[in-house]
Amino acid sequence: MQIQDSAIDAQEALIQVAGHGEHGVHGDHGDHAHPDLRTMGLITFLLSESLMFGALFAVYFVMKGRLGQWPPEGTEVELLLPALNTSVLIASSFVIHKGEEAIKKDDVAGMQMWYLITAAMGIFFLGGQVYEYTHLSYGLGTNTFSNCFYLMTGFHGLHVLIGVCMILGVWWRSRQDGHYSSVKHTGIEMAEIYWHFVDVIWIIMFSLIYVLTKLP
Amino acid sequence: MNRTTSLVLVIIAGILGTIFSFWFGLNNHLLPEQASMQAPLVDDLFNVMVVIGTALFILTEGLIVYSMIRFRQPPGDETDGADIEGNLPLEIVWTAIPAVIVIGIGVYSVEVYEDMGGLHLASPPGHMHVQQPESPGTEMAGMDSAAMAAMPPGSAMAATMSADMAKAAPVIPLPEAKEQIASSYYGIGNRLSDEADEIDLTVNVTGMQFAWLFEYPDLGITVGELHLPVGRRVRLQMKAVDVIHSFWVPQFRLKQDVIPGEETRLQFVATLPGTYPVFCAELCGSYHGSMRTQTIVHSDEDYAEWVKTSQVAAKPSKVPMTVAQLSDEEYLAPYAQEIGLNAETLPKPSTRSF
Amino acid sequence: MTQTNPRVIAQPTPPPPEIEEVPSYRMWKWYDYFTFNVDHKLIGIQYIVMGFIFYLVGGAMAIAMRTELRTPDPDFVDPSLYNALLTNHGTVMIFLWVIPTTIGGFGNYFIPLMIGARDMAFPKLNALAFWLNPPAALLLAVSFIYGGAQAGWTSYPPLSEITAPQAQVLWVAALILIGTSSIMGSLNFLVTIWKMRVPSLPLLKMPLFCWSIIAAAVIALIGTPPLTIGLLLLTFDILFGTSFYKPDAGGTVVLYQHLFWFYSHPAVYLMVLPVFGVMSEVIPVYARKPIFGYTAIAYSSLAISFVGLFVWVHHMFTSGTAPWMRMFFTVSTLLVAIPTGVKIFSWVATLWQGKIRYTSAMLFAVGLLSMFVFGGITGVTLAAVPFDLHVHDSYYIVGHFHYVLFGGSVFGIYAGVYHWFPKMTGRFLDERLGKIHFVMTFFGTHLTFLPMHNLGLSGMPRRIAMYDPQFQALNQLCTWGAYLLALSIVPFYFNVIYSWIKGKRSSGNPWNALTLEWTTDSPPMIENWEVLPVVTTGPYDYGKDRQEEVRQTD
Ligand code: HEA
Ligand code: HEA
Ligand code: CUA
Ligand SMILES: [Cu+2]
Repeated sequence: MQIQDSAIDAQEALIQVAGHGEHGVHGDHGDHAHPDLRTMGLITFLLSESLMFGALFAVYFVMKGRLGQWPPEGTEVELLLPALNTSVLIASSFVIHKGEEAIKKDDVAGMQMWYLITAAMGIFFLGGQVYEYTHLSYGLGTNTFSNCFYLMTGFHGLHVLIGVCMILGVWWRSRQDGHYSSVKHTGIEMAEIYWHFVDVIWIIMFSLIYVLTKLP
Repeated sequence: MNRTTSLVLVIIAGILGTIFSFWFGLNNHLLPEQASMQAPLVDDLFNVMVVIGTALFILTEGLIVYSMIRFRQPPGDETDGADIEGNLPLEIVWTAIPAVIVIGIGVYSVEVYEDMGGLHLASPPGHMHVQQPESPGTEMAGMDSAAMAAMPPGSAMAATMSADMAKAAPVIPLPEAKEQIASSYYGIGNRLSDEADEIDLTVNVTGMQFAWLFEYPDLGITVGELHLPVGRRVRLQMKAVDVIHSFWVPQFRLKQDVIPGEETRLQFVATLPGTYPVFCAELCGSYHGSMRTQTIVHSDEDYAEWVKTSQVAAKPSKVPMTVAQLSDEEYLAPYAQEIGLNAETLPKPSTRSF
Repeated sequence: MTQTNPRVIAQPTPPPPEIEEVPSYRMWKWYDYFTFNVDHKLIGIQYIVMGFIFYLVGGAMAIAMRTELRTPDPDFVDPSLYNALLTNHGTVMIFLWVIPTTIGGFGNYFIPLMIGARDMAFPKLNALAFWLNPPAALLLAVSFIYGGAQAGWTSYPPLSEITAPQAQVLWVAALILIGTSSIMGSLNFLVTIWKMRVPSLPLLKMPLFCWSIIAAAVIALIGTPPLTIGLLLLTFDILFGTSFYKPDAGGTVVLYQHLFWFYSHPAVYLMVLPVFGVMSEVIPVYARKPIFGYTAIAYSSLAISFVGLFVWVHHMFTSGTAPWMRMFFTVSTLLVAIPTGVKIFSWVATLWQGKIRYTSAMLFAVGLLSMFVFGGITGVTLAAVPFDLHVHDSYYIVGHFHYVLFGGSVFGIYAGVYHWFPKMTGRFLDERLGKIHFVMTFFGTHLTFLPMHNLGLSGMPRRIAMYDPQFQALNQLCTWGAYLLALSIVPFYFNVIYSWIKGKRSSGNPWNALTLEWTTDSPPMIENWEVLPVVTTGPYDYGKDRQEEVRQTD
């Protein structure tokens, strides 16, 4: 697979020279170069992905509109644990950013530390969610509110899980000497962008499902 | 060919094309007879669109065919064509003219729609909380969906209990209508008189796999064919038992989906006595194609006659319970003959088996 | 590479003898086409060949349906099988034929070539996107074990939840795979076009095909996610006891229709925009004229995809649709006619004063032009609510969308294949067979789909296996037309297979076209060029005094 190989070498080469990539094709030199556009690809993907959540939110509102009482009696949500969970997730967005700052100063150890902490916080969040699921008195099929509740939080939880995997993947790679540096850390950047995305979605979801339903 | 001759030819072609478009638009006979007050309105709209469409079609196809013939490569000529990259005024014209045309069609459509009564539904759709109109015969448990869903899980028992009670004591309307979603009255309203609610005849229509059921609540008649008096304001209140169906009488030019969980309505006046087909227009299962019956538009006397005979025939058959509490067999028993349908011919799974 | 004078043209001139040899650089072997290869050209061919295979499958289903409809009674296939056939006919034709062939096939093959890139931005993602399709097809095939999905390609609940639910779940899984593939492909196209053009190629000098792919990719990125959610909820309703679409437990069936059409209306433009792009490539080359109104055509693609996002309810005019929605979506739908008209008229104006070469590609392009106008105009009549109330879900709709889909998309694919076959394989298709193919297809299409309008207007619903005897005569016409269409593919498939092996060899630029894909060999080498080309003319500068180095590459 000639292309693949050459694309990869070229990518390395380009990255050595130009840091972040995203420089377009380099005319006559670097001709066979394959620019690193992964960050841009990821952002495009996330824009599209956000519409998935957009659709879920729309479904939520439609279902809400159809019931007089929302959530119906007996399917109220807990607030304390999710609030704790939420603050951990929000905090983790700052933590992961510290990691990126660290790598920009070539501080791989620092970046590893911050990323591991982020992953731990993500896992804490997931654990909290599992705990919540197992301690609720209603299940997925109870009524339309619980349908929405489990589907939405579950779908988001899946994204958190993927995010954690990405972060751990980055961490795993970073153990290799020189894999990331201040000029070459697209993977780190991507994990961070993804994590922020997951975080923002959660803030909306938390407001919809937990906060708004608690308001009179 | 000099300029003047070609100009003259173009003008002649234009005139001929226009004449043809009008002729075709007004004489296309593509639609079946008109049997409702709405039909002529729809047909006028259609014919206008046919005129416009034919003209546009002749124009574009004419240009295409003309350039195909006129501008084919001269034998042996290997050079390129004229170097024309655009022409702003021309482009503005061919953006503006279609814009004017579609806006015209849009405005006209809205007008026709208004005249058909589309904007005059008896109660505005949306998520209003109103009472369900009572019509015990075809009330379905499904209609109580919101209330059911709102119940805490533990109250499933309560639900069965009330169902049992309903069985024990027939002809009980649904438990006091709770706050429910207005089954949004989607459909076509009544612009035919300005009092939108003035209705001469209400028929409850039920769509099920694969049959139609028409219940005349004021007359105590339930049949498998729709009988209507000519020239009267009719309202169909339509519900579906299992899946989505769609009520279509081509001669009325009216179609409305019949949706589980929502009530939809059609209001119209039949204008021409006769027998017309009623189709189901929404895919509803294997025998969707055979879900068809007739609507018979009677003169006043015939209608009175029909009511009399049917009432006699249907004496004891006021449906005693809400549909969902009956088995298919019980439910269909009174009409089995009428609609040639019994529990066996019904396909098994239905929404109730969810 | 041989360099012909760009002003001298476009008949498939007999190739100079020396090209008879196989190109010296390494070529892919046949078995490479069955591997996870990341070369965009190879992936393009994979998509196109896969598409043409599924065209046969979908077509065979159509033939079975038409045979059933020869008589009013359901005597050829069982009614539930009929429903399974029509569901899968629609699904296969749309998701495994038109979309993969136009976007996946032509898009992957030609976008990098047209913008002077060596590959797509994410080659591995690209290969992955392709390889999601065969499993999807497999799922559809497996679903027939469970009776096949039977609720139409629209699969409205509650019907889709209660008839053949296992098959329906497999159908959903197939669609989600294809949707994922389409999202991957689309973001790949956007990033590639945005970032990987040769420096000498500004956006407004790109071939119009690139613009149409941008427009299509945007649609796919916006539309697919909500569809995925809609289908996911359907699956949850079937498998896990939720009640999103179950009215007796608080759900609503109409919600699904919104989620579905929010994607699937734009999806019809997804099927036609790339084909519009093909038109913009084919017409100027054989008319030997610059495309008329480049900017207008480029922006009208974007306008169509933008307006197309706000018209979806026109498929739901008879559903639970509030009056204001009916009015709003009538008007928004009508607006689409304006940018589409701009395109149509611009193409006609491109023909005007050209020197038209009647190659098979051009015949199909002009055929498309004439058919699409008809299908578009019937579409405009559908936008008017009062009229749509009458013909919705009747054969009038079936007539409309086959005119735009078959007369539009499929004709466009044919035009593209005749145009680019020499580039992709280094060999010419036989022109005589091409013309026979065109004539049969052209008449077959009218014969099959024109009477359907009549049927619909006079009251024949769609999706029925049995109908009233009064409709029989016209139905038989349609059926004969379908048989003619079935025959029409014989010369084409024969032509393709034969010419691929034994056809006349083609030079790098047999049609004397000006877009970048013609500046390399036929078929292009791996990584496309030795040295990237420099763009010195516009893509459609025919009839201008071009310097000779226009085509320069080496
Ligand atoms: C390639 C696919 C394709 C394309 C391009 C179109 C194009 C259009 N379609 Fe079509 N459509 C389908 C595929 C397509 N459609 C399918 C598959 C369905 C059925 C789905 C199902 O239910 O299974 C459908 C159904 C469908 C409906 C729903 C009908 C119903 O179920 O009740 C409507 C209603 O508005 C509609 C409208 C239009 C319009 C206004 C256009 C416009 O974009 C057309 C614009 C083009 C022109 C107008 C012609 C050229 C313009 C000029 C010559 C300029 C001058 C013209 C005027 C001023 C009018 N289509
Ligand atoms: C791009 C899309 C596309 C294409 C190309 C076609 C092509 C054709 N379609 Fe289809 N059609 C749809 C998209 C398409 N259709 C959709 C979306 C629906 C709606 C589905 C629904 O309601 O849910 C539909 C529905 C539909 C119906 C309505 C069914 C109903 O409502 O009851 C009919 C009926 O005649 C029909 C016919 C045809 C015919 C005759 C062709 C012909 O043009 C086909 C031509 C092709 C061939 C003739 C190839 C034949 C090949 C062989 C015979 C050889 C076989 C050999 C091997 C497999 C090895 N189609
Ligand atoms: Cu009922 Cu189709
Ligand atoms: Cu549409």
